This record gives sequence, structure tokens and C-alpha cells, in this order.
Amino acid sequence: MIAAAFLAMLKRDVRLALRQSTDLGMILGFFVIAASLFPFGVGPNPETLARLAPGIIWVLALLAVMLSLDRLFQSDWEDGSLEQMALAPAPLSVIVLAKATAHWLTACLPLIAVAPVIAVMLNLPAEAYGVLLAGLALGTPTLSLIGAVGAALALGARKAGLLIAVLVLPLYIPVLIFGVTAVDAHLTQISVSAHFLYLGALLAAAAPLCPWAAAAAIRHSVG
Amino acid sequence: MHRFANPGRFMRVADRLQPWLLWGGLALLVAGLYKALLDSPPDYQQHDTVRILYIHVPSAMLAQGAYIMMALGSASFLIWKHPLGDLLARSAAPIGAALTLVCLITGSVWGKPTWGTYWVWDARLTSMLILLFLFIGYMALANAFDDPARGDKPAAILAVVGIVNIPIIKFSVYFFNTLHQQSTLFRREGPSMPPEMLTPLLIMFGAFTCLFLWLLAVRLRGEFAKVRLRAIRAGLVRRAETAGRRRAPAGGPVEEGAG
Amino acid sequence: MRRMGDAPALFDAVALTCLRGRRLVFEDLAFRLDAGGALMLVGPNGAGKSSLLRVLAGLIEPLSGAIRWDGEDVTADREAHRARLAFVGHLDAVKPAFTVRETLEVWAGLFGAEAVSAETLDAAMDAWGLDALAHVRGAELSAGQKRRAALARLMLQDRPLWLLDEPTTALDAASVATLERLVAEHRGRGGLVVASTHGGFAMPGATVLDIADFQAEAA
Repeated sequence: MIAAAFLAMLKRDVRLALRQSTDLGMILGFFVIAASLFPFGVGPNPETLARLAPGIIWVLALLAVMLSLDRLFQSDWEDGSLEQMALAPAPLSVIVLAKATAHWLTACLPLIAVAPVIAVMLNLPAEAYGVLLAGLALGTPTLSLIGAVGAALALGARKAGLLIAVLVLPLYIPVLIFGVTAVDAHLTQISVSAHFLYLGALLAAAAPLCPWAAAAAIRHSVG
Repeated sequence: MHRFANPGRFMRVADRLQPWLLWGGLALLVAGLYKALLDSPPDYQQHDTVRILYIHVPSAMLAQGAYIMMALGSASFLIWKHPLGDLLARSAAPIGAALTLVCLITGSVWGKPTWGTYWVWDARLTSMLILLFLFIGYMALANAFDDPARGDKPAAILAVVGIVNIPIIKFSVYFFNTLHQQSTLFRREGPSMPPEMLTPLLIMFGAFTCLFLWLLAVRLRGEFAKVRLRAIRAGLVRRAETAGRRRAPAGGPVEEGAG
Repeated sequence: MRRMGDAPALFDAVALTCLRGRRLVFEDLAFRLDAGGALMLVGPNGAGKSSLLRVLAGLIEPLSGAIRWDGEDVTADREAHRARLAFVGHLDAVKPAFTVRETLEVWAGLFGAEAVSAETLDAAMDAWGLDALAHVRGAELSAGQKRRAALARLMLQDRPLWLLDEPTTALDAASVATLERLVAEHRGRGGLVVASTHGGFAMPGATVLDIADFQAEAA
């Protein structure tokens, strides 16, 4: 029953996100447009841009993920769907996990797909692409999970979108650090296995804990 | 007044302790400042700048203590549903944030003559900065709801999530720092410290602790007053409604429009 | 309300006290229902009808007291309790981007232990006159149509306990009659109904509970 509920929820959220693909387009648009501002800000020197590229891509990915978080629970909360989900026989944390997975598939995966375009724009050395994308693939699920906690906590608050940013961004710092330093390390011929292990450890810790905390926050918000 | 909104014995103890904490704290502060500023030797390397540490270190320790207290209060609120835990956390947060800010400012003032710059992305400074962000997040969330009581549980969950994250954040920040900074710019006082410096530091720590607890008691009383005020207001609204209803003929299901 | 020595009721509550935020909504509330029973919640605005329904659904934790199903506290197995109830609240849980049929499919998938057959879905839509609207998206529905879609959820699963919070809001007379008929059929099968109302909705033989009787004294 738990697996069935997980799949039903996952399917529903993915379908909903695809129906409202304009939202997804806007997030990708933000990612690319914001990245193209940096050459104007720091100058078009390819070496400077290459040095900054991993950091810019990661920070913008973080911000783009954060901007997409409000659709995770907010509209379901407003129209009463979340209340019904809280009443489903399956544990709410499983439903939250399904929603976070759907968020990753529909918000993070497209960002990872677009990241190479930005990497080209910012002149990232070719040998760094693999590590950058692998880091994003391993780090962004954690962002979705932590983001689910932030989005759930902000339900019903004034200025929920802004509040999510204040709550979630400090908690994103570890993922950012390991993701960016992995690329830097790779470019200076240092082994990146430690970085990936830490990113994996963060994901392994977030996968059970975040749905649980988010579920507690949702139970409160629908009570 | 409902028994769960009743401050009870805890507040009476806090009230009795309050003057002791205030005057004890002030006395310790005077003694500590005298020791720290006049009656302790300047560091052979840092000269008189070292005296900032007598404010910097106690505020850093108490700021972290305040976060721990906030998280423990929040956890007790979540587990035992004890409203005191929530009020304690709400009271501790702004004090902790202020102490973190004091720590950051004194650190940066100390950094200018020592490192030649006001800000360095040193692991310790960075993790204190993130601690400040966590305090800000907590306070923002606790006060983000139109019905203040709605914010209790989300804020408590955030405090607990934060305390789980602090070691992870600290670890990652140290990791980041060791990669970016080849030579450590400075070593803290280290394991050994001359007693003429340790004594004023301990006195100052005592003074800060007393004043922290005093401020906490003051703020706690304020939070209790807010809760009581809300309860009284709700009671007044209810009474007005009941009175209005008595005037109108009632009984059985009241026929009104939907909603 | 419960007397000693009685056989346990199918669904009952004792000494239920509910605190919302820091406000006491009702105190020492009790009722009992047996198979086929119905409870009609009445009382002025803000008295706590919605709160009681949400407490019964498990959305709000009562401060004290117990809710029992077949004599067993529902907190002992929350998932089992959630699996035996259907709740229709003020909000319809209809997504603007999904058609009526998709909406019902989604809820069927999330609530059901087994896949809900197409016939059950058709029957649910038929009962509420939603056939014509099956492929209309939620965004284009009127308030009454959305409400009917929400009430059609009741037909998807065979849940013994229906919790309805002012179910007739936005419904026309014909739909109210449908609801009354479906509630009567549900009770005929031994099901239970707890519903709040401001009037205009009849459940013959229902116990009437005025929440105002359990209001805490103002502070």
C-alpha cells in the first residue's frame, strides 16, 4: 500500500508539473538569465569567468531550486488537497517523499540538463563538466528534501516565498560547499571521492529525516 | 485563565531570581572589566587588542548556548507539548541573535589590527555568521503568522532541524576553509592560557551568563504577558458574542447564510 | 454520556477537550454513535464544529479525552483510523489543472488499498451528475460543481465513517437531496455520519449536538 501511495503521489505531482510547464520554463529562464548577468558584473575575461563558473552555477541552481519550492505544498494547502493527503492511510512522510521526488524530477533534473549550457557561457574547462553534473545530480535531491521542510514550515505564513528563502538558504550551505569544492578539487587534480562521499552522506541523512520533519510541519498546518 | 496558559511556579522562581541575576551580573561585569581592561597584561603579540577577547569569547559561547537552549526548549515543546518550552525558545532567540552579532562585530574589530582586514572567511567566523542566519530564520518563522500561536510548532521544528544541522554546517565550513586557505592566519589562544588572562575571562563569562539569564527572565515575562493578553482578548470577544446572541432569540440550529 | 456497563459503542468520544492555538474551543465533550447512527453538529459560528470534525478525523490532536472506534482508542492505530474515514471539509481539493475524472482518479489512487475500478468511478460521477463534466478542468467548474466533485470522493471508497463539514455549502436543492439520499443509504448499510450544518440539511433520527453546550467559560 505504501509503494502504491508513493507512486500515485509521484505520478500526480509529475503530471501536474507537466500541465503547468510554464512554471518550469520560468525557473529555467531565471537560471539562464541570471547566469548571463555575471559576465556583465565581473567582466567578460574568460579566465575570471572560468574560475567563478562552478560557484555561479551552483549558487544559481540553489536559488532556482528555492524559487520552485513554493509550488511543492502551497497550492495543495490552499485548495485542501494537502488536508486530504494528510488523511490518506499511507504515512504522510511517504507522501512528502513522493512529492520531493517529483519536485526533483520536474525542477532539478531540467536544471541539471541546462547547466552545461551555462557552463559553456561561463567558459568552464571541459574536464570539469563531468564532476559538475555528477555533483549536481547527487546534491540537488538533498536540496529538494531540505526545501520540502522549509516549504512545509512556511505554510500559512505571510510572505511565504521570502520566508522559505530565509529558512532554507543557510541549510543549503553544506551542499553548496561540497558541490563547488568538488569541481575546484578536480580542476587542481585532487581526488573528489571525499566530496562525493559527503554529498552522498548528506542525501542519506536527508532522505529519512526531512520527510519526517516536513510531515510534522504539514500536520500542524492542516490542523 | 486556563491552566495551560498559567505561568505557575516557574515564573515565580524566575521572578525571585531576577534581582540577584541583575545585581550579581553587574557586579561581576564591573569586576571583570576592571580585571580585563586594567589589571591584565597585554598579549606579547596582539598587545591591547587581545582585550576584545574578554567580550568576544563569552558572547560567542553564550550565543551558542542560547541556540542550544532554544532547541531544547523547542524539543520539549514538541515532545511534551509544554508551552513553557516554546516561550523559552522565543525568549532566547533575540538574545542569542544579539550575542552572535556582538561576537561577529567584536571579532571583526579585532580582525582589523590582527589580520589587516575586517572580515575573513575563517571557519569560526563563518559558522557564527550562519548561526546568526539560523537565529534570524527562527525569529522570522515564529512571527510570520497572523495568529502568533500558529508559529509555535513550525518554529520549534525549525529550531530542532537547525540544531541537527549545526554540526554538519560547521564541518562543511571547516572543510571549505581548509581547501581555500592554505595557511591558517591565526591560532586562537590555544590550550594554554596564562592565569592572569584566564581569571578575567572567567569573571566576564560569569557576568555575561548572569545578565543573559536576567534578560531571559525579563523577556519570558513579556512573552507570558503577551499570551495572557491574547487569552483575555479572546475571552472578551467570546463574551461579546454570547451577549449578542442572548439578545437575539436563539435555539436549535441558527439559520444563517452559508459560511 | 457513556454509562457504565453498556456494550462499547461503534464510535464514541469521551471528555474531549480541544485547544486551538492557545484558545480552548470546547471542553469535556462526549457522544456515542452505533452502526447506522448520525450526529448533527449545530452551533453558532466559531463555536467549534469544524474543530470537532477535524479532531475526529485526526487532523487536530485533542488536548485530552479519547475517541474510540469499537471501544478502542483511535490513537492506537492512526493509519487504521484514517483508512476508515472519509472527510469533506470546507475546501474541495479540486485541482484547476485536472479534469473532474482525473481528480477522482488521483484521490482513488491515494486512498485505495486496491485500484479503484472504472465502474466505481463511473458510479461515483453518476451519483453526483458529474458525467457531463468528466473532462472539464477544475479551473472551469463552479463552486457547486467543485463541491459535488468533492462529495463524489465519498463514493470512491467504502469508508464506514463520513465526516462532513457543512457539506451543503454551494449546493443546489437537487444536490442537497442527493446528499440526503446518499447519507441515508450509507447509514442503511451500517455506516456512520457526523455532519455540521447551519440548517437546510436533514438527517432523520440523527443525534443533535450543540457545541455551544461544551464551550469553556470565557477567561
